[in-house]
Amino acid sequence: MRHIIGVLVENKFGVLSRISGLFSGRGFNIESLTVAETDDPAISRMTIVTLGDDQIVEQITKQLNKLINVIKVIDFTDTDHVTRGLMLVKVSVEGSKRLEVLKLIEVFRARVIDMAAKSAIIEITGNEMKLKAFLDVLAPYGIKEINSTGIVAMNREVKARNRYKT
Amino acid sequence: MKKTGAQIVLQSLQIEGVKAVFGYPGGAVINLYDELPNYELKHYLVRHEQAAVHAADGYARATGEVGVALVTSGPGATNTVTGLATAYMDSIPVVVFTGQVPTALIGNDAFQEADIVGITRPCTKHNYLVKDVRELPRIIKEAFHIARSGRPGPVLIDLPKDVLVDTTIFEYPESVSLRGYSPTYEGHPGQLRKAVRALLKAKRPVFYVGGGAILSNAAGVITELAVRLQIPVTTTLMGLGAFPETHALSLGMLGMHGTYRANMAVTESDVLVAIGARFDDRVTGRIDEFAPDAKIIHIDIDPTSISKNVKVHIPIVGDVHDVMNKMMVAVNEMSEEAHEFAASHDEWLARIAKWKEMHKLDYIQEEVIKPQYVVEKICELTRGQQPIISTEVGQNQMWAAQFYEYTKPRTWLSSGGLGTMGYGFPAALGAQVAFPDRLVIDIAGDGSIQMNIQELATAVQYRLPVKIIILNNGYLGMVRQWQELFFQKHYSATEMSAVPDFVKLAEAYGAVGLRATRPQEVESTLKKAFSINKPVLVDFVVAGEENVYPMVPAGQPISKMLLV
Repeated sequence: MRHIIGVLVENKFGVLSRISGLFSGRGFNIESLTVAETDDPAISRMTIVTLGDDQIVEQITKQLNKLINVIKVIDFTDTDHVTRGLMLVKVSVEGSKRLEVLKLIEVFRARVIDMAAKSAIIEITGNEMKLKAFLDVLAPYGIKEINSTGIVAMNREVKARNRYKT
Repeated sequence: MKKTGAQIVLQSLQIEGVKAVFGYPGGAVINLYDELPNYELKHYLVRHEQAAVHAADGYARATGEVGVALVTSGPGATNTVTGLATAYMDSIPVVVFTGQVPTALIGNDAFQEADIVGITRPCTKHNYLVKDVRELPRIIKEAFHIARSGRPGPVLIDLPKDVLVDTTIFEYPESVSLRGYSPTYEGHPGQLRKAVRALLKAKRPVFYVGGGAILSNAAGVITELAVRLQIPVTTTLMGLGAFPETHALSLGMLGMHGTYRANMAVTESDVLVAIGARFDDRVTGRIDEFAPDAKIIHIDIDPTSISKNVKVHIPIVGDVHDVMNKMMVAVNEMSEEAHEFAASHDEWLARIAKWKEMHKLDYIQEEVIKPQYVVEKICELTRGQQPIISTEVGQNQMWAAQFYEYTKPRTWLSSGGLGTMGYGFPAALGAQVAFPDRLVIDIAGDGSIQMNIQELATAVQYRLPVKIIILNNGYLGMVRQWQELFFQKHYSATEMSAVPDFVKLAEAYGAVGLRATRPQEVESTLKKAFSINKPVLVDFVVAGEENVYPMVPAGQPISKMLLV
C-alpha cells in the first residue's frame, strides 16, 4: 500500500541521510521525498511517499520517531489531508499543436512559463491524480521532459473538515 | 579562562564521572593525548580499536555506567564499527570519540580521513560531527544522556583536529534539551491494570525475561514478583542473570539452544509476559508456532520492539523497572487474588518439573575432555564468588550459557544480537578494569579467541588478571555443527588445522599459559588458573566434534528440538 508520511525534523546536516537510511536499510524505495525549512528555521519538514504493507510502514514510522533529530511523524494515509505537487513539463508545440496545448493548459489551470519555437515549458500544481491526468492528455503532443517536486501533504484542520462535510 | 577542545573533552569526561577510557592514539587526536596526563582519567591502551569499544562495552555491561573509547581518525575510526554495531544490537551505553581531519580538509580525501559519521549512522543510537569548539560541551552532555537514557545505545562523537585545538570559554551544560527525544519511562496505568488482570487469570503463565531487565536494573523486582506469584521464568541469552538459575522457578534459557522445559513451557503458556525482551528469531524459532495459545504482554521501553515480530495483545511501553514495580504494587493491592493465583497453578509447575526431569542439559563424559564439563567445573569452583563471565561467540558461548548457573545480573557479558566473535576477551578486560578484585573469566573457542588475541598485551601491560578459558576443539565449532547436521558433514573451511600453541603464545606476551588434555586435569588446572593473580590463558583440548544440544533447527518451532 502507498503511504504518505510527514516528518518534522531538526534542521541539521545529516538528518536527511538518517531518514533516507531507514528506508534504504530495509530495501525500500522512496517514491518521492520533499524537504524544506518551515517557518521556524530550526525545523524542516519532509513529506515522504513510499510503498509497503501497513506493518512495515508502522515499523518505519516508529523507527523514524526513534531518531534523535525527529520531532514528529505523521502518517497521512488514514487522515483527511490535502496533497500538492509542482511539475514542470516541456512539451512539443510545433505547428497547429500550439493552440491545442494552450487550451488544455487553461482547462487544467496550468501556466506557460517559457515558450520557444518548438516547445513550451508548463508549470502545473495539484494532487497526484491531477498531475497524472495532465500528463496523459499532453502525451500525444510529445512530452520532451518533466521534472516534479514530488508530493507535499498537510492535514486538514478538524473544523475545516466538518464544514467541508456539511 | 579559555580551554582547548582537547581540554574540554577531558574535563567533560571527568564531570560525567568517567574513570576509565579505552583507546588508541593517532595523529588526529594527538592533542587530546597530550592533555590526558593532566586529568584524573585512567587510559588503557588497547592493541586494536575494535577491542577499545568492546572493552568499553564490557565495562558498561558489568557496571551499568557508560563505557568510553577514544580512537583516531580514518582506520582508527573504521575499526570501531564492529564494536559499535555490537553495542547497538545489545543496547549498551557507550560513547566513542573518534579523531577527524581538520574541518577544512573534510571531504577532500585527506590522509586518514573517513566519513565515520556516515559509516556509523546505522549502528549508533546517534552520532555527531563537531564543527565548532563552542558546540563541544553541549554535544558531549547530549551524547552521555542519549547513550544512557531510554533504550541505551552507543553514541559516536567525531572530533576534527582543529576543534581539539581551538579554544572557547568552557561551560558544561546542566541539562539537556532535545526536542525530539523524550523516552517513555512510566508504563500506561490502564495497560498495566489490563496486564495484571490478564496475568492473574492465567493457568499457565511464563515470564520471558530479556536483556532490558538487566539494563534497567529490574532483576530484583522481577524475581520478587515471580516468586510471589509462583510464575516460572525463562531468560534469553541477554537476560541471563536476571533471575537466579538456581531457583526452582527457573526454566533456564529458551530459544534455539534453550532448555526443553523453557521451550515447552513457552509453547504451552496461556499468558506470556515478555519483559525487556524483543522476540529475536533465535528465541522464537518459527514465528507462527511461537506461544500459539498465549496472550502476550510485552513490556519494553522501545515502542519499535513491540509487535515487530509477534503480535502483542497488551503492550506496555516503559522502563521495565518502573513497570514491574507498579505491577508489584497492583499485585499487592489485589493480594487475595494474587494469593489464589499463586496457589492455583501447581499442576503447571508439576508439568514443568516433569519436563525438567525428562530432558536435562546433559552430555556424556568420555576419555577426552568435554567442553560442557569444563564449564560445569568453572561453575562448581566459583560458586558463591559471582565471577564475571564473558564469552566469545559460537559453541563456547552456548555451553557457557547452558552449563554455568547465573544468579546475579551483570555477571554475564556476551554479544547476543550481533554475535561478534572476538568480543569476549576485550569485554573481560573492560569488566576487570571496573572490578579489579573480582574474578573475570572469558570462555572462548580456539577460533574466536584469535580474533582479538592481541589484547593479551593489554592484559599484561595493565596487570588485568583475566582468565581466558579456551575450549579448543580445532574447529569453528558452531558452523561445523551445522555442517554436520544439515550439510552431510561437509566441513568446508571450518577446520582450524593451523592453530598456534596457545600456551607459548600466552608466554610470549608475558601472560601465563596452561594446558589440559585429560578430564582428570580439568579441575586442578582451573584451580591453578584462578589462583594466579595474572592474566592466564588455559588451553583445554576438548572433544573435536561435540555438539550443542538441545538445538532447534533454523525455521522450526521451538518445541521441535533436537535433543541429542
